Parts: sequence; C-alpha cells; structure tokens
Amino acid sequence: MSKKLLLTEKEIHIILQRLACQLVENHQDFKSTVLIGIQPRGIFLVNRLMQILKEEYHISDIKVGQLDITFYRDDFRRREDPIAANTTNINFIVENKNVVLIDDVLFSGRSIRAALTAIQSFGRPSAIELLVLIDRRFSRHLPIQPDYRGRQVDVINKEKVTVNWLEKDKKDAVYIINN
Amino acid sequence: MNQLSVQHLLGIKHIKKSDIDLIFKTADHFKEVINRPIKKVPSLRDITIANLFFENSTRTKLSFELAEKRLSADVINFSASQSSVKKGETLIDTANNILSMKVDVIVMRHPSVGACDFLSKHVNAKIVNAGDGTHEHPTQALLDSYSIREKLGEVKDKKIVIIGDILHSRVALSNIYALKLQGAEIMVCGPKTLIPKYIESLGVIVETNLKKALNWCDVANVLRVQNERMDINYFPSTREYTQLFGIDKTLLNSLDKKIVIMHPGPINRGVEITSDVADADQSIILNQVENGVAVRMAVIYLLAQQIKQ
Repeated sequence: MSKKLLLTEKEIHIILQRLACQLVENHQDFKSTVLIGIQPRGIFLVNRLMQILKEEYHISDIKVGQLDITFYRDDFRRREDPIAANTTNINFIVENKNVVLIDDVLFSGRSIRAALTAIQSFGRPSAIELLVLIDRRFSRHLPIQPDYRGRQVDVINKEKVTVNWLEKDKKDAVYIINN
Repeated sequence: MNQLSVQHLLGIKHIKKSDIDLIFKTADHFKEVINRPIKKVPSLRDITIANLFFENSTRTKLSFELAEKRLSADVINFSASQSSVKKGETLIDTANNILSMKVDVIVMRHPSVGACDFLSKHVNAKIVNAGDGTHEHPTQALLDSYSIREKLGEVKDKKIVIIGDILHSRVALSNIYALKLQGAEIMVCGPKTLIPKYIESLGVIVETNLKKALNWCDVANVLRVQNERMDINYFPSTREYTQLFGIDKTLLNSLDKKIVIMHPGPINRGVEITSDVADADQSIILNQVENGVAVRMAVIYLLAQQIKQ
C-alpha cells in the first residue's frame, strides 16, 4: 500500500477560506440558503465552513442539516457488506430554499444522485448546488458536476482519495492511497 | 455487524441480542423518516411482499402494510376469509402459488403454532412471523422493547410486569424472550388459570396480586383477555376479572411511583384497563403503534438486504 500526501493542513485551510468566500459571494446573508452535509464525512466539511462563516464573516444564523443517503443508494442488495445508516438531522423544510449539498470527495456521482432524491423528502428546493473539497476528474458515472470545488485531482480508479479531519483523524490532510 | 444473524424472523427465540440492537438502530433512522414531510424511501422498490393473514388482524396488518409501502415495496394482501383456503388448499400450496408470482418476502399470521417455521423450510422466500397461534409475535415484542427503550432510556435492569392472559398470549412469550435477551427483570401477573405451568423455567417471577406487581414494576404491559382462544371458562366472570386484574386510575394513583402503561391492543376498555388509564400521560399505547411501523420497516429492510440481486 502506498500513501501520497495530496493536500497539507495549510493548503486545506486556504481552500476552506476560499470556499467559504465563494459561498458568501453567491448567498450573501444566507437568509434563503441552507447547507446540507452528506453523512458521514461531509459533516466535518460543513462544520468547518460554518466556523469560518461565523468567525470571518459574522454570519451565524445559517440553517444546517445532516443528510444520510443510505436508504436512497442504488447499490442496495448489491454489496457484500451492507452499509449501516447514519443519522439524518434536518429540522426544517427546504421548500423554496437554495440548498447547498456538501461532501468531501466527489467520485462516481452516485452519492450525490442519492442525495438529490433524498433532499426532496424535505420539500421542493428552489435550487440545489454542490460543494466538494476534492473533485476526482474522469471518474463520473453520472452527469453531475460541482458548483464549488476545493481541488480537482486526476487519479486512477483503483486509487482512493481520503480526507482526514483534525476532529476525527487527529490531523487535517488529504491522501491518495494505492492498495 | 450490519446484518441479521438469521434468514427469517420466526421468533425472538431464534435471534441474538446483537440482532435486536441492529433492528433498534435501524428503526431509529426509520422513525426519523416517517416523521418527514415525505415519509418514504426507495430502498425496496424492486421487492414484492405478500401479507398472508390466516387470522384476523387490524393493527398488525395495517402496520406491516404501511411499513412495506414506506419502503417502496410492492405489496399484495391476502386474507384467509376470502381465499381458496376455504376450498381446502394447503398452506404450502397457497404459499407456492403466491411465490410463482415472484414474491420475495412473506409476512404471515396463522392460527397454528409453528406455521411460519414450517413455511420457511418449504418455500424460497424470507418469512416474517406476524403471530403464529399462541406461540410468538416477534415484531410486537420488538416494538414493545423499543418503546420501553425510548421512554426509559434502556431496557436493561428495568422491571417489567406482563399482566393478564399469559396462557394464550404470543405477545407475552415473545416479550419474555426479548426482555430476557436485553437483561430486564420480568414478572407475569394474572389469574392462576391463565398462567402456564413451568413458566418460572423461563426465568420470570409469578405474582397473582396485582397491587404487589404494580408496586414492583417500572412498566406494566397489559394484555387483553383472549376470549376467542378459550375453550373453557378460566375465570368465573369478566366482572370478577376486572375487579382483581383491571387497572384503574385510583389503583395507579395509590402506587409509590409513576409506572409506564403499555398495551398491545386491541384494548377492551373497562375490562383490563379503564379509559382514563389508557389515555393517561403515563400510557405509551399510541407510541407503541407509531414505533410499530418503524420497527417493522427495520425488520423488513434488514431481511430484504440479504436477498441478493
């Protein structure tokens, strides 16, 4: 197994600052915008962005939700090891809101497809955008592209891109892992 | 583990503590789903489920059907009263005929003990027992434990008394197995004639004094007197039963603590419990009904997960 460092802690911080800045540019005071982190690992990203929006831009009353997509996946009954569901925590409806879906890595696009279906259980949003930290190019199975991307990378299919977060993995870093 | 250790849900006797934990964890997620504006997930859209009810049921049948539809499964319903069973068809023939229509899961209620177990050995489908005679009713026991866990935080070390017709109750037997697995203390209380011999061998305490039982417990699960299953008179009169084993508000108020009241339904108001007890704030009877849908969704989802493409 080889492990290559793709982004350092410092690089991640710069990227997060930029992503937060881009969100503010498009959504101003977030009055009609909600941020939805996709379980499990999109939650860390959304929390970081919230922290920057609060500290740097003094915007703190943003509606934030956590969305689990397990029951919407298209590989149910097709996996050797079934996936356990995570908590969905969205205590508002998204009717006529601008929804920003947030995840750490965009690969095949299938998780996002599932999230697009899942979010409609909470109403009809006026628009949905996608923000990802890592966008893997040339790996999409579906016509899905991000509106905000941290870094675009080219890696071959058998390689895995892993985002480590200080809160969970003791350090911020992005690795390319080749098994 | 994210998988059940069993292939069918025939009874609580066959499952492990880890299965109960997995079902409850999954049910937590489904409970959130059924409280959304759109209460449905697409997981089982290519699964067909047959509900075979050879015995009357309102709540269980509706609850299963709703759970299946919330998971997007295709559902067909069958009641023995309107079927070829009346014309002499055997259980296996009925089931196989239904399976030829490409059914993946069978939810069955049957008046004979062991009918689901028998079916599971002879047909190629996932079987969920929705009550077999006086034997087991596993999903009811699961939703009862789930409701206790929701109300009191956990089931372990809680004192639960099951009151009433223990002899004819599949709910009682499944509950005893489920509560035992989770480490609860269990007591049964009722007329001596309606308590099976040797029930102590399951590790339960037997009590015939209702007041003593209620003073001991944290939760009272009150059962209905199953007149339809009684071939002889087990007690002199309904009035006498109510006087000795009926729970009313005065009795509850005379206890040292506030206990939780449960009932699997249907309630005979004024017989085993009075209306003011059934509707009191310490009663979780309607929570049980809501949780029933979430728990059944979890059971069906986890069993369907094992059906490979």
